[in-house]
Amino acid sequence: MDYINIFIKSIFIDNMIFAFFLGMCSYLAVSKTVKTSAGLGIAVTFVLLITVPVNYLVNKYLLAPGALSWISPALESVDLSFLSLIMFIAVIAAIVQIVEMIVERFAPALYNSLGIFLPLIAVNCAVMSGSLFMQERGYSNIGEVTCFALGSGIGWFLAIVAIAAIREKLRYSHIPPALKGVGITFIITGLMGMAFMSFMGIKL
Amino acid sequence: MKNFDLIKLPFNKQNPITVQVLGVCSCLAVTAQLKPAVVMAVSVTVVVALANLIISLLRNTIPPRIRIIVQLVVVSTLVVLVDQFLKAYMYDVSKQLSVFVGLIITNCIVMGRLEAFAMSNPPLPSLCDGIGNGLGYSVILVTLGFVRELFGSGSLWGYPIAEKLGLYGIGYENNGLMIMPPMALILAGIIIWIQRTRNKDLQED
Repeated sequence: MDYINIFIKSIFIDNMIFAFFLGMCSYLAVSKTVKTSAGLGIAVTFVLLITVPVNYLVNKYLLAPGALSWISPALESVDLSFLSLIMFIAVIAAIVQIVEMIVERFAPALYNSLGIFLPLIAVNCAVMSGSLFMQERGYSNIGEVTCFALGSGIGWFLAIVAIAAIREKLRYSHIPPALKGVGITFIITGLMGMAFMSFMGIKL
Repeated sequence: MKNFDLIKLPFNKQNPITVQVLGVCSCLAVTAQLKPAVVMAVSVTVVVALANLIISLLRNTIPPRIRIIVQLVVVSTLVVLVDQFLKAYMYDVSKQLSVFVGLIITNCIVMGRLEAFAMSNPPLPSLCDGIGNGLGYSVILVTLGFVRELFGSGSLWGYPIAEKLGLYGIGYENNGLMIMPPMALILAGIIIWIQRTRNKDLQED
């Protein structure tokens, strides 16, 4: 029951884009057509789903205060948490690189549709913040962390596909010239964020 | 004069947020109050300026294939320094900023300026470019923080202005919407609107 709760919560209530504005740069840059934005959304979900659980293990067994005690009791007092930023980004960059190579080798069709986006995901704030939120919110086991990662990815996917669909329609409407492009996208995202706020307080 | 231009341009024609659309994430999330916004602005300016300088000094020794990793290592080292500094000297603000200090690593302004400028320019112009872009980002951040705290909480830097002026007595109410996240996006949209109305070159077709 708890898993479903975390999953739904991370899709709608703690939506990466509408509640925290994470991954806005690629969200604004790649949301011109539904097709490419769906590709990016899938890639981000995929990378989040792998990196967040891996970083959870890294955090639990290497970085957190007292985490090294599984090697020997003498290391009980070691606290490496100041290294977490560097470790997380290194893990993310390495995993993105590996995922890129695996996808290229075994699924060339998927690679061709995602190709350009994959390397860029290493510097997408939504991915990095997935790991940081995981550390901050203190999930108790790897199942919860996986649910959180999957939910955040799906939430990001929904948001970018929705804005891309709206922007495709916007091309036919009369917007003040100074507001065209980025300006109106900001305002629409704000309005969508208000709509998403109505999910607040839902408990499952 | 050229270096001075590099500092000046990001304020208007090359503003990182409203024109280049870089670093939007952190800009919107930390501006509900003025104080975290200012701290964030200073942190990002320091990181961008120093990262630009260091990468520019190293630019001829970095193999192009692994440059992203090298850049990430330099940036994350600087961010760890900033993070530890904030935790030591401004603990409450660092709690408020939570993950957003760490997210300076993946802030698109930093990576964008490293790729677009520091990799191909000498150290001094790179430093100026970093400072300029950091300040251009700061202007938007501080403006948003000012407006949102003033109208959302009726205070500035934690000082209750509206209460001291006795505005609540004559029926003034805080606009609760201002401190909600979506309002930051709408305000940023309005800033872009004003800027592009005054500067027609920036308009998109």
